Amino acid sequence: MGTRKPTLRVVGKPHRRVDATAKVMGTTKFADDVALPRMLYAKLLRSPHPHARIVSIDTTRAAALPGVHAVLTGKDLPIPFGILPVSQDEHALALDKVRFVGDPVAAVAATGEEVATHALELIRVEYEPLRAFPDALDAVEHAEPQIHDYADAGNIHKLIDLEFGDVDAGIAEADVVREDLFFFEGNTHLPMEQHAAVADWSPSPDGKLTLWSSTQTPHYVHRALAKVLELGPARIRVIACPNGGAFGGKSDPFGHEIVVAKLAMMTGRPVKITLTREEVFYCHRGRHPTLMWVKTGVKKDGAITGMHFKSLLDGGGYGSYGVASTYYTGALQTVTYHVPRYRFQGARAFTNKPPCGPKRGHGTPQPRFALEVHIDKLAEQLHLDPAELRLKHLVPAHSLTANWLRIGTMGLGACIEKVVRGSGWREKFKRLPAGKGIGLACSSYITGAGLPIYWNAMPHSGVQLKCDRGGGVTVFCGSTEIGQGSDSILATIVAEVLGLEPRDIAVVTGDTDLTPVDLGSYSSRVTLMTGHAAIQAAERARDMIAPHAARKLELPLERIGFAESRVFDVERPERGLSFAAAVQLAEAAEGTIGTVGSYTPPPSPGKYRGAGVGPSPAYSYSACVAEVDVDAATGIVRVPRVWIAHDVGRAINAASVIGQIEGSVYMGLGEALMEEMAYRGNRNVVHKIPSLLEYKSPTTLEMCDVVTYLVEDPDPNGPFGAKECGQGPLLPVPPAVANAVYDAVGVRIDEVPITPEKVFKALRRKEKGEAPRFGPTAFPDIAWPEPTRVPPPWEGGDGKAVGQRDGRTVGQKPVSVDPRR
Amino acid sequence: MPDAKAKIALELNGEPVEVAFAPHKTLLEVLREDLGLTGTKHGCELGECGTCTVLLDGAPVLSCLVLGLACAGRRVKTVEGMAERGQLHPLQEAFAELGAAQCGYCTPAFLLTAEALLLENPRPARDQIKQALAGNLCRCTGYIKIYQAVELAAARLRGEPAEPARETLYGHP
Repeated sequence: MGTRKPTLRVVGKPHRRVDATAKVMGTTKFADDVALPRMLYAKLLRSPHPHARIVSIDTTRAAALPGVHAVLTGKDLPIPFGILPVSQDEHALALDKVRFVGDPVAAVAATGEEVATHALELIRVEYEPLRAFPDALDAVEHAEPQIHDYADAGNIHKLIDLEFGDVDAGIAEADVVREDLFFFEGNTHLPMEQHAAVADWSPSPDGKLTLWSSTQTPHYVHRALAKVLELGPARIRVIACPNGGAFGGKSDPFGHEIVVAKLAMMTGRPVKITLTREEVFYCHRGRHPTLMWVKTGVKKDGAITGMHFKSLLDGGGYGSYGVASTYYTGALQTVTYHVPRYRFQGARAFTNKPPCGPKRGHGTPQPRFALEVHIDKLAEQLHLDPAELRLKHLVPAHSLTANWLRIGTMGLGACIEKVVRGSGWREKFKRLPAGKGIGLACSSYITGAGLPIYWNAMPHSGVQLKCDRGGGVTVFCGSTEIGQGSDSILATIVAEVLGLEPRDIAVVTGDTDLTPVDLGSYSSRVTLMTGHAAIQAAERARDMIAPHAARKLELPLERIGFAESRVFDVERPERGLSFAAAVQLAEAAEGTIGTVGSYTPPPSPGKYRGAGVGPSPAYSYSACVAEVDVDAATGIVRVPRVWIAHDVGRAINAASVIGQIEGSVYMGLGEALMEEMAYRGNRNVVHKIPSLLEYKSPTTLEMCDVVTYLVEDPDPNGPFGAKECGQGPLLPVPPAVANAVYDAVGVRIDEVPITPEKVFKALRRKEKGEAPRFGPTAFPDIAWPEPTRVPPPWEGGDGKAVGQRDGRTVGQKPVSVDPRR
Repeated sequence: MPDAKAKIALELNGEPVEVAFAPHKTLLEVLREDLGLTGTKHGCELGECGTCTVLLDGAPVLSCLVLGLACAGRRVKTVEGMAERGQLHPLQEAFAELGAAQCGYCTPAFLLTAEALLLENPRPARDQIKQALAGNLCRCTGYIKIYQAVELAAARLRGEPAEPARETLYGHP
């Protein structure tokens, strides 16, 4: 039916978000705003040891304290859980071991937070301290004692070795070969909202659990609750409250969510927990500290002949998303500049710190920092302009990469040209006065992962849609509003397809009782996947309504159009009826008008083991130029301005896209200059700075000006062509700043954050005639597994590994050096 | 033994109010827990993030650092008091229009801090806005849309017919 109008009426405009009024009035209900009659308050007792065996726990005195209604320890919740099926290594409360300072050990529900806190002081825990591992290098060097009894080797959680073509042969063809080492320090999401959860239990025989939580992934929380509580999923309802910022930090199921559920079931009363800011630092799941080594061969014109990349991630105490994070440190090196042969070796170590996981960019800002600074150095070595070098070797649109990622539209060239022109790059690069510099970097990011977190063949996103007789439409979707504007995406898209205005659309999201599954607000998947599901549901509604309007108007179906809240003759638009009247005709004839839509990403061409991380329906692209002022006397770096261009495919809501880009630049600037999860440098492994005051993040006084350009090259896989914008624009900021510092003062800071101390040290080295650099100097020897060898597409491969049969590979066998096995 | 409750009278969002609460409670807790005004948020409860900002006698204060008892007889304004007679305050309108609220969690504090600024300085320069808002953290927006919203609201409060700049909503050409 040719009812889609050729021009977009709603999509692409800068709409006021559907939740804007509630947010400016303070009426949005976040998890801690939920209060129920007779509610109890929970508090968690946390480990003071980084690594210890729990010998005994005595809760007698706590349980006897007036006002205390229940006390829980690990043995009350013995079933393990975790976000990834391959690392079900967490317990709601530590069962036999603690693995970082802050690991929860016991919980109390009491009439108030003060009583609960007092009760925690009465719990006696006897620990047997174990050797603690403060960082990944230590964990690589010492296999014993093992932090977990599962690992690829000793304390190395995960080992990956993937080779796409003969990289050594490729590098041998090069005119110039360069090796560099980089380190990206860990940092954290720091959402302004502390995690909170409220559980309510209606007792048996029809017992039902309801959990309100500040979660990005209600579906996964639903699954974890069912597993640990051994409760049928139909008896659990998870409501994801709008998140007060998340950035990946609320995308694991958390022990505290399970604890309040169990406490509510034990006490028969609602139970709330709100983490303190200090506890949010212990929840973490943020950026993995990552050590990287990269070796690239290039021709004189900058064409890459081969690239070898190694990463070592400091995972902290638990698995979380870490296996995926590790793959991501190697997956996207190939999607910006053509890499004909590529090898990636990645390792993730367990250490005795809060677990790392997915933070905005998930595993890719670290290698992107390394790659973009490495390329800047290569350009200098080749006497090429860094912008020109990049422009000359872009990955072609609609192509396959060496590691079998399918690229759709590719607007990076347009992005580079925008920021080069806007920033005055050609007049400024290498020409600014001493202390002032300018740097360029680029990046790309996935628009949703091609594969689900747990293996299943079902859609990744589902939408239900209900048309009201009054002309309003309600959209139900499991997606979670974390501030990014996902509720508005649903309203905008449904309004576009049905010819309505966003204000006519009611949106119900993030509720496992009311909404079909959407996998959650992570991996920049929401606009693309919920968008497609919403389009399908809305088109089906249109298909239900249109025949009845056509009959009434005595027109063939193909002449029916939907716009301006009307259903009409596309050739004589004045002939028509209101959308509400058309719905009424359809409802009279067919009954209630409701539809569903769903979305599953296209299959990815890579079939080798490990090919599950990296594929995406579409890749966004960004280019960034940063300008810096470096004070040589103090090493202080200031960034007055950033120019950034982002290929978003198509902006569904232009104002929201700009907001996501500016927010990404902000977060990237914080990571570039100041943000770090720092621990005291001894075996106590205590977090140095678990507070908002001491964990430095940019205020209005540090934030730079941002000049934003949108590049819209609609991708055939995106809804109306849209690609992601919430994560990708963070990635080029740290390397652009590092490259600008080099342009300003001639020192390379190969480590993030670029603190004054590091700049100062590098400047001193330069004065003394030493290497003008600050950064790591070695990558440890790691016993890598036999590589999985996958011929790239241009070498006649079929996406499978050499020797692989039926989707399984013969390489990549887990290596264990654990003497107990 | 729980403390005996203290009772105070204050002017809250323009209306006289009496409230009884445990005397150790902060203004933040009294507002959220005893008066049911959950529009005031918290990010640290240690005076570090600015998220709990309210106006006390017209001046921005961190409600997590002010005892409820200290507010007896004083004027308190929260985000719930900004819209009047069904009309959003021009600052609220501008924040909504430009997308200066993303997750919306820090928004009430930014709105009230900005309102105090504009009452004192109806025509603030960008640097003055940055200075005034430097005690409020936002992790979503990068602050830029917030500055633009404050400037837009300031112009409208001065009676100028201001509209957002095109690049604010669509990016630069």
